[in-house]
Amino acid sequence: MRDEWLRSDRLPHIYCAGCGNGTIINCVLEAVDQIGWEMDDTVFVSGIGCSSRAPGYILTDSLHTTHGRALAFATGVKMAKPSLHVVVFTGDGDLSAIGGNHFIHACRRNIDLTVVCMNNYIYGMTGGQGSPTTPIGKTSTTTPYGAEETPFDLAELAVAAGANYVARWTSYHVKRLTQAVIDGMNTPGFSFIEVRCQCPTSYGRRNKYRQPGDFVSYLRDSAILKEQWDRTSHLDEPPQDKFLVGEFVRRSRPVMGVPHEA
Amino acid sequence: MTRLEFMQGNIACAEGALAADCTFFAGYPITPSTEVAEHMAAKLPKRNGCFIQMEDEIASMAAIIGAAWTGVRAMTATSGPGFSLMMENIGYAVMSETPCVLVNVQRGGPSTGQPTMAAQGDMMQVRFGSHGDFSIIALSPSTVQECFELTAKAFNLADQFRCPVFVMADEVIGHMRERITIPDSVPVVRAKPLKDDMLPFAPEEDLIPGFAAFGTGRKIPVTGLTHNEKGYPDSTHPARHDSLVRRLVNKIENARHSIADYEIVNQDAEYVFVCYGSPVRTVQEVVQRAKTPGTGYLKLKIVWPFPEDLLARFPNVKAFIVPELNLGMISREIERHVCVPVISAGKIGGDLHTPDELIAIVEKLRGGGGI
Ligand SMILES: Cc1ncc(C[n+]2csc(CCOP(=O)(O)OP(=O)(O)O)c2C)c(N)n1
Ligand code: SF4
Repeated sequence: MRDEWLRSDRLPHIYCAGCGNGTIINCVLEAVDQIGWEMDDTVFVSGIGCSSRAPGYILTDSLHTTHGRALAFATGVKMAKPSLHVVVFTGDGDLSAIGGNHFIHACRRNIDLTVVCMNNYIYGMTGGQGSPTTPIGKTSTTTPYGAEETPFDLAELAVAAGANYVARWTSYHVKRLTQAVIDGMNTPGFSFIEVRCQCPTSYGRRNKYRQPGDFVSYLRDSAILKEQWDRTSHLDEPPQDKFLVGEFVRRSRPVMGVPHEA
Repeated sequence: MTRLEFMQGNIACAEGALAADCTFFAGYPITPSTEVAEHMAAKLPKRNGCFIQMEDEIASMAAIIGAAWTGVRAMTATSGPGFSLMMENIGYAVMSETPCVLVNVQRGGPSTGQPTMAAQGDMMQVRFGSHGDFSIIALSPSTVQECFELTAKAFNLADQFRCPVFVMADEVIGHMRERITIPDSVPVVRAKPLKDDMLPFAPEEDLIPGFAAFGTGRKIPVTGLTHNEKGYPDSTHPARHDSLVRRLVNKIENARHSIADYEIVNQDAEYVFVCYGSPVRTVQEVVQRAKTPGTGYLKLKIVWPFPEDLLARFPNVKAFIVPELNLGMISREIERHVCVPVISAGKIGGDLHTPDELIAIVEKLRGGGGI
């Protein structure tokens, strides 16, 4: 069923072997399919980066735009024609560095979009430079002695900025991820799903996860279920090398871009 | 039944857009263009349209492109610093062949310069500001009436040529109030539809592909990368890039005669002013004055693509004089095409030329002094 949504004449894709992006695209298409959206009413939008190439492989109308600006383009699509379902694929750099301002404002407006961020901790497409999510101490071509800046927590940022649905999973948690995308699509307003994923080529190579499997194991082992953490821990935050996964918020603040019921 | 109104230029731009069925506006406030946005904010919701104030000009340009792909007519308005920010996505609109309209009410620059003063300092930025080779269409109103008419026309050109189209006003025109005639309706020419058997970026004979909006089942992949006729990225073949970019340039350049919109007065003149925008008003005064016989003018309502063949319509010309609110942007364009002297009468700072300043130039030329 999912294959129907792919542009077979565009394959093979440009992703490196073992890249996490393919898994995420699969999960999103599975979600779209399960939820029953029609190809003709669904639009995929992205900026620039490896992750942002995703819409080009999907058989719908799509906009592959400029670096960081996907949410601003998507805002135009959705506000001009609210009956279209709009899904945005973005990378951590695309979303939170050059696109940081658009990100917080799209959350604040709570525009009815589903945004999937493939967070591989790095600028993949340009060859492995540090991004606003590179963990402290990790190396990249622009942080050869280890990143010194505190990374963004993208999910927390989306919650603080006002999104109606926020979740975080990893490329290991395919079922949970698919369900989160479905939940996000079903929630009116801005839905943000952060997916931590492996980039063996640009990040893994420099940080001891050269094998995709090692990278995925690392993601699995570092993820702590948010629900469990909230129940059992007395600390605000998990240790620096771990992160929470799960649903961060689901709420019904006022939204923009939802079709008016006739 | 037309109606007469006393109206500000910026409001007339907004009214022209509304008359042309623009239903989407995204923008960010900047002097001296803000009234365009304010008027759209007041009017669009009542017409089932959408006004959205974005977080910056980059986002505004992006949003109108997104909106345009749903098939609506979309516009933004800005001035110098905002225009500079829009450049990246203006290039995207060119490459993706997205019809949209941008009103630039020009102010003094560089940088934040003179926010409340008139200039025509963005005339080269609009033509060359975005990276890569491209051609664009830029209109320039010199009356409030033209603010209305040319903005409405800009939408038709944008649809027809599938490109961003610019209304290059300036502060004087934007903030001036004049009596204008508003017609009941304006001609609306929409983009030709994408034929069933055509690929979304395959040009027809006029080098322009048909347009299909998102949501109509055509499944169009739009990208700013060099792409093939399906819309698929194909950015490493020199020939592919060459033919795509040449087509984008030629679809406009080849049509320059049909795009041109101008007025010629005193074709036998020896001293010919070439003007656009606010300076047109001073030129008209000068040419009408009995003291300055032998003068005439070419008024450009469309500056780009530059209609150079019109310069040959003055058989007796001894010199072209180009008064513009910059230090000689379009005068250099004219120099490229003629063999007679081209006198640049650039003026910056915010004041318009006075008639006497222009008459002095003519007299000096006539006295044989050259300049
Ligand atoms: C305005 C602009 N600046 C820089 C670039 C170069 N660039 C292309 S992709 C990219 C980073 C992509 O990183 P990310 O968004 O994390 O996505 P990934 O490739 O890792 O999936 C950059 C900086 C660009 N295309 N445009
Ligand atoms: S560089 Fe990284 S993110 Fe990009 S395709 Fe390769 S593995 Fe995937």
